[in-house]
Amino acid sequence: MSRIETRFASLKAAGKKALIPYVTAGDPGPSVTVPLMHKMVAAGADIIELGVPFSDPMAEGPVIQKAMERALTHDVTLTEVLGMVNTFRQQDDATPVLLMGYANPIEVMGYRQFAENAAEAGVDGVLIVDMPPEEAVELLVETQARGLDVIFLVSPTTTDERIQLVSHAGSGFVYYVSLKGVTGAGHLNVQEVAQKVTNIKRFAQLPVCVGFGIKDAESASQIARVADGVVVGSALVKKIQENLGQTDKIEAAIADLLSAMRNAMDREKS
Amino acid sequence: MSSTEKYNLPDDRGHFGQYGGQFMAETLMEPVAELTRAYHHYMQDPVFQAELDKELQHYVGRPSPLYYAERWSSMLGGAKVYLKREDLNHTGAHKINNTVGQALLAKRMGKTRIIAETGAGQHGVASATVAARLGMECVVYMGEEDTQRQAMNVYRMKLLGAKVVPVTTGSRTLKDALNEAMRDWVTNIDNTFYIIGTVAGPHPYPAMVRDFQAIIGRETREQIQLHEGRQPDALVACVGGGSNAIGLFYPFIDDTEVAMYGVEGAGHGLDTGRHAAALCAGAPGVLHGNRTYLLEDAHGQIIETHSVSAGLDYPGAGPEHAWLKDAGRAQYVAVTDNEALDAFHDLTRIEGIIPALESSHALAYVKKLAPTMNKDQIIVVNLSGRGDKDIHTVAAHEGIEL
Repeated sequence: MSRIETRFASLKAAGKKALIPYVTAGDPGPSVTVPLMHKMVAAGADIIELGVPFSDPMAEGPVIQKAMERALTHDVTLTEVLGMVNTFRQQDDATPVLLMGYANPIEVMGYRQFAENAAEAGVDGVLIVDMPPEEAVELLVETQARGLDVIFLVSPTTTDERIQLVSHAGSGFVYYVSLKGVTGAGHLNVQEVAQKVTNIKRFAQLPVCVGFGIKDAESASQIARVADGVVVGSALVKKIQENLGQTDKIEAAIADLLSAMRNAMDREKS
Repeated sequence: MSSTEKYNLPDDRGHFGQYGGQFMAETLMEPVAELTRAYHHYMQDPVFQAELDKELQHYVGRPSPLYYAERWSSMLGGAKVYLKREDLNHTGAHKINNTVGQALLAKRMGKTRIIAETGAGQHGVASATVAARLGMECVVYMGEEDTQRQAMNVYRMKLLGAKVVPVTTGSRTLKDALNEAMRDWVTNIDNTFYIIGTVAGPHPYPAMVRDFQAIIGRETREQIQLHEGRQPDALVACVGGGSNAIGLFYPFIDDTEVAMYGVEGAGHGLDTGRHAAALCAGAPGVLHGNRTYLLEDAHGQIIETHSVSAGLDYPGAGPEHAWLKDAGRAQYVAVTDNEALDAFHDLTRIEGIIPALESSHALAYVKKLAPTMNKDQIIVVNLSGRGDKDIHTVAAHEGIEL
């Protein structure tokens, strides 16, 4: 069983939902990321999603765009991000780590090389925003051979036919993008999300996690009621943006928000 | 030999060999599938085609002339050079061929809002123009740096009723405008049609834009036959994203005796790293919905480009050009800012035609190519736009403040 599968199985046994924080690797500087990952685990994170900086992050709102720009001022490369995961693994062999990014850095490394390097570094899965299943055939050959999960997205515009395609092609979990828009957008509609998640579960055996627009304990607990996991990104990255140059404050602010989300989500189970 | 039956790319999923495709966020997949269906349907619909033809004739002013640049040809001392006068179209460039087509499609699809990205401003102006013509809302994304060097086009768009949004992220040029337009599109997908101005983006855009621009090549075939009784020996066009080039090339792809040259912006020189020549000096990668040649670093980050011509200042080129390059069917070359500026002056002084700086790159390559050819050989160069918009840039280059 992969780390991601194991984690969802144990959460299910405990009647809990997954809390999945996102930060951009190397934001605001390369030395911040690994300690921050450990702090997030301590604050209740079940899976960590690490953004791979890219010069043209088309699906990101302003908050994560800026995070990627900050990381790129330090020339944080995909190889360096894998190095961070490797360092993280030396102290934490249980928490799944998922890379989220865009196709081009992986293309340039080469699919086989990427899959080998990622598996070796202790990465568990990858989510490539601009690579739908139709374009991922060659990548999947390489990732499947090395036990890496590829997580695909489902959005409000995805048809039932495509939901089947996505849930067959992917593994780990299905990531439901809760709204039409970019990361950090503000128009989350919980009732709509509930209906969509129910519909996805008609076709998918995988857990369904929801991201985009979840920004506080209340929205996290509302989503946890209807999905298997909650992804929170921009709200955390905003804490980095607000505390640039003060690593302690960054860690504290992110840990506070995650703890609040964790508590609110765990209250939901009863 | 006039058919394009033998050449039938892209495939159903928008691939030109390994290039093209649909590398995009899931939210856009179904809307793009809907667009693909509409595009296939209306390209076969005689009523739509008749409306498009009418607009192209009476609104755009087609057919554009194919002009024999006799004086310039004799000075170059080689092949006869013909100019395909896309500069004479309404709004002053080839861009309107495509915006008219896509806007009519948008209307058929029930969309009420148009968005576009623009570099030099020509595509933005062409989009704002058709939006005004059809009574649709229009928002144009433009890199902040480009809004400064193309201030006149910004004002033209505003006059036409469009909202121009300066993009302040990344390198603040065309690629960032495209990123921002994509973000708008994914947010406002229900009522919004994204008119991409070049043969880039996810399928069906590269094929659809090509099909709307292919009128350039189709007219050229007929016109050169009338002038010369035969087809040309060489075609030359500038390549930023590559829409004017593919428009000219496409109807000639199966005529393998017709050479095709795409001319990229070498900026300060290919060896300086300050250029925009993705096909000449780039490598395959994925950006803006397709796989193609890109200017990128060793880690896959897109690098900043430079060209004196804002319309060529883009780190990629359309996937069909990538395929034509690898297949050896078209050759891609690059000329520097200074070579383009020289050609700009030559055409202005010798033929009394002020070319766009983009098109001046194609002309600069003609200056090299024509003298190597015989006097009975023929070059057709796509004069894709007029140079009025570039007067300030040219003047500034010469230290003149207007």
